[in-house]
Order: sequence, then structure tokens, then C-alpha cells
Amino acid sequence: MNPQFRTCPDTGLVFHRPAENLIKANAIAATIFLAVGGFLGLLVALTRWPAIQILNAQDFYTVLTGHGIVLLLVWILFFEVALLYFCSSVLLRCRLATPRMGWLAFGLMLIGAATTAVAILQGRSSVMMTSYVPMPAEPHFYLGLILFAVGALIAVLIFFGTLVVARDERTYEGSIPLVTFGALTAAIIAVFTIACGAIILIPTFLWSIGYISDIDPLMYRLVWWGLGHSSQQINVAAHVAVWYAIAAIVFGAKPMSEKVSRGAFFLYILFISIASAHHLLGDPGLSTEWKIFNTSYAMYLAVLASLVHGLTVPGSIEVAQREKGHSKGLFEWLRKAPWGNPVFSGMFLSLVGFGFIGGISGVVMGAEQINFLIHNTIYVPGHFHGTVALGTTLAFMALSLWLVPVLFRRELVWPKLAQWQPWLFGIGTALQAFFMMGAGTLGVSRRHWDMAFTGSAFEWAYPGMAYTMMALNGVSAIMAVAGGVIFVLVIVGTIFLGRKMDVASEYSDAKPEILRGPAESLTGHGHAGLGVKGFPAPGTFVLAMFLLLIFVVYYFINYGYLASVWKFS
Amino acid sequence: MTAIHPPAQKVWWKQPVDRIELVWIGIALVWCLIMFFFMPFWHVYGEQNYSGEAYRVPPERFTEKVNEFVEQYTVRHETDRQIPVVRPPAGSDIYLLGRLWDWYPILELEKGETYRLHVSSTDWQHGLSIQPININFQVLPGYEMVLNITPTEAGEYAVVCNEYCGILHHAMLSKLYVVDNSN
Repeated sequence: MNPQFRTCPDTGLVFHRPAENLIKANAIAATIFLAVGGFLGLLVALTRWPAIQILNAQDFYTVLTGHGIVLLLVWILFFEVALLYFCSSVLLRCRLATPRMGWLAFGLMLIGAATTAVAILQGRSSVMMTSYVPMPAEPHFYLGLILFAVGALIAVLIFFGTLVVARDERTYEGSIPLVTFGALTAAIIAVFTIACGAIILIPTFLWSIGYISDIDPLMYRLVWWGLGHSSQQINVAAHVAVWYAIAAIVFGAKPMSEKVSRGAFFLYILFISIASAHHLLGDPGLSTEWKIFNTSYAMYLAVLASLVHGLTVPGSIEVAQREKGHSKGLFEWLRKAPWGNPVFSGMFLSLVGFGFIGGISGVVMGAEQINFLIHNTIYVPGHFHGTVALGTTLAFMALSLWLVPVLFRRELVWPKLAQWQPWLFGIGTALQAFFMMGAGTLGVSRRHWDMAFTGSAFEWAYPGMAYTMMALNGVSAIMAVAGGVIFVLVIVGTIFLGRKMDVASEYSDAKPEILRGPAESLTGHGHAGLGVKGFPAPGTFVLAMFLLLIFVVYYFINYGYLASVWKFS
Repeated sequence: MTAIHPPAQKVWWKQPVDRIELVWIGIALVWCLIMFFFMPFWHVYGEQNYSGEAYRVPPERFTEKVNEFVEQYTVRHETDRQIPVVRPPAGSDIYLLGRLWDWYPILELEKGETYRLHVSSTDWQHGLSIQPININFQVLPGYEMVLNITPTEAGEYAVVCNEYCGILHHAMLSKLYVVDNSN
């Protein structure tokens, strides 16, 4: 048998050869789909820029369907599979369970994604990512999604299997690392997500080929959003895990408290999935009690979890920086952070953007009555560009800029260009989110080819400001795409052209050393003497209170506006 | 031990928590509970709610009801397509049908009066979006949604479809008039 393990001389990480190959394959597939989806996104934004409107109506709806599926499902899930293998096999120094099944999963996901992509490109499945019945798509549109989901499910099971193997073969001591715990959270939510997908897409596929006569549209929406929204909750758990990982990699930061951070992940597992109900707040046929309980993630306990991570991730960085001596005032730790390192700047922009833009807007529009002001307006894509593009995608990009050189043993090419990457992509998507939310507040619809209503029997003009905002959204999209292009160039360039690292990292037959855990005997929380008045991370606390202030003000501004519109009950 | 290593203490759940975290969790939890209770609060004290009243209705039956309604209360027609404008009595049941690709009929309502608006679709899903006040509801075939609405400002409003419904989705636009009879 070939030697199976190598230890990275720079990071100390241990790579199991089959796991490494699968991580590479999934990450490369993810990057390719990111490039495709980003290009489609550029076309969408340029079409919604009223003065340009680059695509005709038919192509626009086709491209928009492709953009949604390729980025919200395909890119993200391929990357997450790579992440799951990394967090299990690499972080636990364990062989990957059933690598052959890993290739089966990869193949199924690839074939599934390709099948759905072909269906969309053929033009008769322009049904948007949501494919709401009774609007029909071609059968292979659904079939591709089902195959893709089966592949993803196999990958998740391999992750669970690897955790079991690691425990069984005692490759580590103590509990699994926090980052692996976060990945486990994502994997558990993924099982729920994929189950919802199967429960709704299989009957819909059968309906499309004529075996089932009728699918209830409300039931479809209820179950489909168990897939559609929960898949984004996988992202939240995954990118929070990535934040912790990057804090550890760049700063050697320790979690402020394992208990608090793990407790917050556990709240995600318990409550985050029910929140897909906020897609149905404007629907007939569901009771008010059901809507309120579910849209609030059971009294906002999953929001609480995100607020906790919002403190503990930067807090752990602040503590690590203060321990290194950057302890003047409230914010020296932040000023002295390595802003020129795209791994850090990407992670931090992702954190701030997710919190201030994606997070606040998401919770506010998920309030039962505020949703009437926002449902199906372009505010909604504004919000989720703040979460998925700015939060998840940017976090994954930042991790990739660190992981790809480590995996391929090549130095990152064009480091100066790479420095720009997070700023262009982060600020571009943040502005996009901002302008789309602004236009949505003025009533502009999402998924709409022409805000001037060409071809209608009537005329209606949105305010001039809405037109301006949609144009600025287009400009911002160009900026974000520039950041995306740099990312793809740097990743592909590194893989093919990057200078090979001097110190070789050879595979050997030796069993990796056991991952030692509890070495220190900590007493207390371990932060004695840091920070101000028993607050080891006072700067972070101030930032967190600032976020909360904006959150509260924005929440009540929306209810205030709502109070001024027509009365309805 | 960092986040990519096992916790520094084997029994990590017994490690005391920093005060900063406890204070933040407390503050955040209070805000979460305020947001939670604000929704039922608004049902009691706010004037913009949806009660959840809805009925299952076969599309043909809903079409019949709409047609009866249009026959009874049409006051004029608009555009080349002779789309009826319907002026129902204040406080009555009114009907709006979403279909590929228009809203039927045009409603003319009185400011300050409350109507029972019945909305449904006879084909695919649509989105009822009233502009520029920007209030939005989902319209599902087979479900008759009942909203008690009270227009508070006179004027000419647009009814936009904001749920994607196929190739002419962006042309699915109609009007709604609110007239002021108080003076």
C-alpha cells in the first residue's frame, strides 16, 4: 500500500492522501462553478441596470435561474464538502472513511449539477431556483438536483464516518476541535436540508413526468424552504467555523470559552432550521402562531447564537492580539491586525458584513409584519447577497487563499493582487446588498426583467432613486466580479504556476502522531489581567454594542414605517 | 489550544465563562425576547397584520365569484383591452384574481372604508404588490386569501406581480384607485 500520510512542515497539519485528493477535487469543482455563477450574476446585474439591460427577457430569466442554482447550491456545497473532509480527516489526523464513496459522491454531484445546468440552458426550465409548482420545469431539471443532493448526502455521511473512525482509532485526545464541532453542526443541518429536498423534489420530479397529478403549492413552499433556506443555514454554521479556523490560523487565537461557542453552535442545531418559515409570512393558509414561533427561530434563539459568535470570534482575536502586546486603548488590536493578509482581511470583512448587513436585514425582514414591506422585493436578494456572497463566499475565499498553497505545496501567486481581492469582492457585494435593499424599500421587485414594465397595458414609474440604485447595483456588481475574477486567477495560477515550496512534504507509512489536547491545566477562564475591568475584549464589546444599537434602531424604523401604510388585518 | 485543536481542558464545559460573554449573552437574549414579543404585540396594537384567514378554493369556483363581482359592480372600462373597473360598495367583499399575465379586475375603493379583499390565482403563483406603498403578499392557486384592507390615502396605485410567473411576468401590472368621498 502507498504511504498514506504526510505532515505539512509549515502548518503541522496532517494530510491523508485520499482525503487530500478529494479536498482538491471538490475545491476545484467549487471554484469552477463559482466562476460560472459569478459570470451569470454579472449578466443579471447588468440586465437589471435599466440603462443597459443587456439580456432579453427570456435569456434573463434563464440566466437568473442558473445564477441562483449554481451559486446558492452548487458552488457552496462543493466547497462545503471539501470543508467537511478537511475538518474531519485533516484536523483530526485521521484517515478519511470510505474514500471511494467520496469519489462516488463527487461524481453524483458533478453529474447532477451538469444535468440541471443543461436543463436550464435548454431554456425550458427557467423556473428560478425555487421552481415553485405548478410552474413546470423539464424532468431532468429536478432529476439533476436530486442526484446532486444524493451525492452531497453521501459526503456528509463520510464526514460522520470519519468522526467515528477518529474516535475509534484514538487519533486525538479529548473533545473534537471547535472548528470540527462547527462543521458537525453544519453536517447535521445538512441532513435535515437534504431530507427536505428529497421529500419535495422527488414527488415534483414524478409530477413532471406525469405520475403524480397535483402538488399543493403551499405544501411545496413549506417543504422546499426546508431545503432552500436550511441550505443557507449550513452556510452560516460552516462559515462561522471558518471564522474560528482563520482566527486560529492567523492569530493562534483560542476560543474565549469553548462552552459558549459550542453552546451557540448547538442552538443552531436545535432552532435554526425552523426559521425557513419566514419565507411564508405573506402566504395564505398558515396560522399566525405558527408563523411567529417559527420565523423567530423559537424566540430568536438561533439569532442569539449568531450574536454570540459575533462577539466571541472577534473577541478571541482581540484577546490573542492583546496577549501579543497590542493592548493600547480599545482598538489597537484591530489597527495592528494584518490587513494586508487577504486571509485575515477576507475573514474580517465577511464577519463584519455578515453581521451588519446580512444579519440585521435578515432578522428585521423576518419579523412577521415587517415582511409585508419586503416580501419578494429586491430587498430580499440584497439581504442574501449580504449573507451568502459577503458572509459565506468571502469567508470561503479567504480560507481558500490559505488552504490552496498548503494543499498543493505551492506559494500563492501574485500576492499583491491577492491583497486586493477581499476588498474588491467584499466592498462590491456590500454595496450591492445596500443598493438592492434600498431599491427594494422603494418597491422594486426581485426576479423581474424590466422595472419599467415594457409590454404592459398600463404604465407605472418607480421613483428616480430606485433607478439610480439599480444602476449603482450594477456598478457594484462589476467591482465584486473583479474581486471574484482575481480570486479565480490567483487560485488557478497558484495551482498551475505557483512556485513549489522548498521544503518537500513527503508521504510516509508512519501513523500520524496523536493529536494532543488537554495539555494546559487552566484555572479560571485564562484571561486574567487582560483588557479593561475584567473584560478581556473591551473593543469587541463596544463593536458588538454598536451592532446592537443599529439593529434596534433599524428594527423600529421599519415598524414605524409600517404603521404609516394602509391598514389591513 | 486554538479552535483547530481539542479544547485545552478535557472537561471544557466546567471552565468558567468570561464576564464579557455573560453580559453580552444577557443583553442579546433580552433583545431577542423583545423582538419575539413585539410580533404578537403588533397583532394586538398594530394595524397592519394578516389574520391568516384563507380558504381552499378550486380555480373555477374563484373565477365564478370574480365574474359575478365584476358583473355586479363594473362602472367603466379602461385600455384597448377593455379591462373592467369595479367600484364595490364600501365595506363589501371584493375580489382580485391573479393570472398569466394580469390582475383582474381593476378595483376602485373609497378612502377610509374597510373591504374584505379575496385574492387567489387560477394558474401559477403570483405576488400581490401594491405600489408605491409597497405592501406585498403571496398569491397561491387553490387558496383564497382574505384580507381586511383599509386604504388610508386617495390616489392611483399600481398592482405589480412580484412572484416570478413566466416570460411576461414583468408585464403583469394593473391599477387600483382610491377615491376620497368625504368632501
